[in-house]
Amino acid sequence: MAQSLAQPTAPRAKRRVPRRRFKSQYLWAYLFISAPIIGFLLFGLIPMGYSVYVSFTDFNGFETPTFNGGGNYKKLLLDDPLVWKTIFNTFYAALGIPINMAISLGIAMALNQRIKGISFFRTAFFLPTISSVVALTLLWKWIFNSDFGLLNQLLGYLGIVGPAWLNDEEWAMPAMIIQGVWGGLGFNMVLYLAALQGVPKSLYEAAEIDGAGSWKKFWYITIPGISPTTFFILVTSIIGALQDFPRFRIMTGGGPNFSTMTIVYYLFENAFRYMNMGYASAMAWVLGCMIMILTLINFYFARRWVHYE
Amino acid sequence: MKVLFSKTVSYLFLITGSLIMAVPFFWMLSTSLKEPGVVFELPPKWIPENIVWDNYKFVLMESDLIKGFFNTMIVILPPTFVGLFTSALAAYAFGRLQFPGRNVLFIALLATMMIPGVVLMVPSFILYKYLGWIDSWNPLMIPGLFGGAGTVFFLRQFFKTIPTELEDAAHIDGLNPFGIFSRIMVPLSKPALATQAIFGFLGGYNDYMGPLIYINSPELFTLQLVLATFQDNYNAEWTLIMAGSVLALIPTIILFFFAQKYFVEGITMTGMKG
Repeated sequence: MAQSLAQPTAPRAKRRVPRRRFKSQYLWAYLFISAPIIGFLLFGLIPMGYSVYVSFTDFNGFETPTFNGGGNYKKLLLDDPLVWKTIFNTFYAALGIPINMAISLGIAMALNQRIKGISFFRTAFFLPTISSVVALTLLWKWIFNSDFGLLNQLLGYLGIVGPAWLNDEEWAMPAMIIQGVWGGLGFNMVLYLAALQGVPKSLYEAAEIDGAGSWKKFWYITIPGISPTTFFILVTSIIGALQDFPRFRIMTGGGPNFSTMTIVYYLFENAFRYMNMGYASAMAWVLGCMIMILTLINFYFARRWVHYE
Repeated sequence: MKVLFSKTVSYLFLITGSLIMAVPFFWMLSTSLKEPGVVFELPPKWIPENIVWDNYKFVLMESDLIKGFFNTMIVILPPTFVGLFTSALAAYAFGRLQFPGRNVLFIALLATMMIPGVVLMVPSFILYKYLGWIDSWNPLMIPGLFGGAGTVFFLRQFFKTIPTELEDAAHIDGLNPFGIFSRIMVPLSKPALATQAIFGFLGGYNDYMGPLIYINSPELFTLQLVLATFQDNYNAEWTLIMAGSVLALIPTIILFFFAQKYFVEGITMTGMKG
């Protein structure tokens, strides 16, 4: 059968397929796409629509929602300082994104030059990416332990008295950034490595003939060449960072004094601890709009610095 | 000379970097093999004086970790495989079949990928509560059976790269679209399907937020929830907490070593669409 399938005359047959068969093909097609479309309606569109309504009500999850106009939105924008604090914390945590991108590009560039042991290095950097967030967060909680943890011990060898990290209002967020960068390097490294391998060698050779140094080659060939990947990482990292929360819950519980409570964590607390589902829905929509706007801004500026071949 | 210099710098950078990556894992393992209480000695020892397996014995026998592992498997295997099947079918239809409304429906499906997950957190809970699904595995299993927009998109891109000749010939031979899908497209797409299965499995295995929101009864806890309770149940007993963490990592590490190339290819292909 496989042989008969590979007959070179086959493509011509398409035009001879009778009309009736196309109709039946429609039915097959609708059947095939039905599951994801139904799933999207049931578990995506309907809850989303309902959430718009709930965001304009008082709702504790048990009684009937009662309409309160824009009360939730007003409270959120004007009367709840924790909203702004948690938004600030979320953006503070997002400082890890450029750090992560710079380091993972560095690793990818180092790996991109016929290095021995490439699969060992790749595995070492990639391991956190596949690991359980819960396990890694517990591990880092132990590493950041101020008296017996690994980090302060290592700093001690250098003669530095380390801070109390997770128990210190000023150092808790830097600790979260360190852990986040460490955990996220592998994924971006794989993307950058693929991008670097896609930059045409001929461009570098041409630049060398013109007498360009390493720095110029990096700045005028590598950076523009990998800009689509940089853009992809930037957009997805921002979307991810604005919704980051599980590791904060395990590592610090949002403390000390709300210094590591992110906006999604605060939303979660409102919804499932204080049972303010209406208020939490309003927060979700404000956050959702922020994510959309930031993504659009990203796409707008992309025209200036992202180069597609 | 210049090449030598840049290679030396690269090696130094990579070795330092991979040490920074590996030392925390080493510390995890080392802690898990220490006697309880020894971790609070100063200065801490890198390699335990007496290597003991008691922490592992305790975690395996006394905690719910094993039960959590089997709960996780029950919860994630059906959505991983059924969801892959439904996604692949849809991907085939969107990639290869002609039908009215194809582009509109595909764009609608893609739009779901743009919805930030956080927007759905509260209303999904309300919906599942209305359906009586709270404190059961249903919210973690059933939505996944319908397939995912990301998987549909990924597989559609892949199916589009397969030459159409085989399909046309099969059409003449009287194979219906499902036959073409199952006997031609699936065998030709094994690597892409494996990649998606692995990512689906990994996402489910490591999921913490879903079980956290929907499950309250300890006997239904998934592995990640059980592990998260360690820090309350074994307050500051880091030897036990680290033993549990090591055990939780083992399945994914095994998976990674057997399927390394799928990980790399999968991520790269995901990145390319950007």
